[in-house]
Amino acid sequence: MQFDFNSQTPIYLQIARQLEDAVFTGIYPEETQIPSTTELSVSLQINPATVLKGMNILVDEGVIYKKRGLGMFVTEGAVEIIKNKRQTGFFENYIAPLIAEANKLGLSEKEVIALIERGEKNEH
Amino acid sequence: MSIEIKNVTKTFGKVRALEDVSLIFESEKIYGLLGRNGAGKSTLLNIISNRLVKFDGEVLIDGEDAVENDKMQSKVFLMSEVDNYPSSMKVKDIFKWTKEFYPDFDIQKANGLAEKFSLETKKSIGALSTGYRTIAKFIVAIMSNAPYTFLDEPILGLDANHRDLVYKTILEQYGENPRTIVISTHIIEEVASLLEDVVILNEGRVIKTDSVENLISSGYGVSGKAQDVDEFTKDKNVIGSDSVGALKTAYVLGKDNITSVPESIEIIPINLQKLFIELTGEGK
Repeated sequence: MQFDFNSQTPIYLQIARQLEDAVFTGIYPEETQIPSTTELSVSLQINPATVLKGMNILVDEGVIYKKRGLGMFVTEGAVEIIKNKRQTGFFENYIAPLIAEANKLGLSEKEVIALIERGEKNEH
Repeated sequence: MSIEIKNVTKTFGKVRALEDVSLIFESEKIYGLLGRNGAGKSTLLNIISNRLVKFDGEVLIDGEDAVENDKMQSKVFLMSEVDNYPSSMKVKDIFKWTKEFYPDFDIQKANGLAEKFSLETKKSIGALSTGYRTIAKFIVAIMSNAPYTFLDEPILGLDANHRDLVYKTILEQYGENPRTIVISTHIIEEVASLLEDVVILNEGRVIKTDSVENLISSGYGVSGKAQDVDEFTKDKNVIGSDSVGALKTAYVLGKDNITSVPESIEIIPINLQKLFIELTGEGK
């Protein structure tokens, strides 16, 4: 995991996003344990309260859950939850900025679609 | 459970080292105590740890007066910048000696840490380099397991590897035994991510006490063509600025609701060190 301490995004949100990414890509499979607050805090050199705040976002989203006395585990169905969330955010996070940039560059809708088709065919 | 400092003022002759300082160190939190040279950090730490007993105001440790109170003082450990041990004292004897006053001091773990840092405990403290003296004092402090551990310049003279190991050790030991750890240092950028809350002292007064997160989000930078930056920030609380030729960055305090930004300027985040420099700069 990598953190940008100069980013506009608060560290706890960066932690939540990176952990989410690790779950989504299968680094932490469903129903397995993720590292403890202390482990993450020590290896990332980040205050444990900050780490916990990031983890709690994923708890609220149902991606991870706490097993009493054992630690945090990845929820069954977590990948699906993340996928749904990301699909919902796809327009706002990717399409809207794409349209804004295309407008700045004077690219027409047709030209943008042609570029997407080219990308799909792996022709850069 | 907390250390409460109430209206503390301390003067040395005509010099006011602390002026009406009030603040609370809560239990099980990692704090940064930041201030420029002469800001009063060491005076404050010496008052809390009963090394300075004459002052105005009050210091309470878990609700009890801290002055000449052995029971309460055994909850406080101060790793100070000055060396308090006789220079002929061997590191391993300092470990034993500390155990007498701090029963929770873990000699075995202290030896383990010494090995990690390649610190020779058979050597006398006076024979060690500045860096290794810092390491020896740091190990004693963190292994005291005192509920309120104050580290004054815990990375003085350390190379990058050892600084890294100090940061890791602090977080590891905090994880094993959560306690209040107050780090007083000049190297703000490196420790910023370790801290939950920050206290900033300037010229003997507390000028900020807040969480790192709140502090960082309480300000921002505006960068771009100097005249556009000036125009944009004219009605805002500018705390400082840097200029390189026609390019200017102004630092602003306040959560202004920025709706539109001219294309020639950019809003950038402010980090703890920058904020500190601007808040404690000359003439502030």
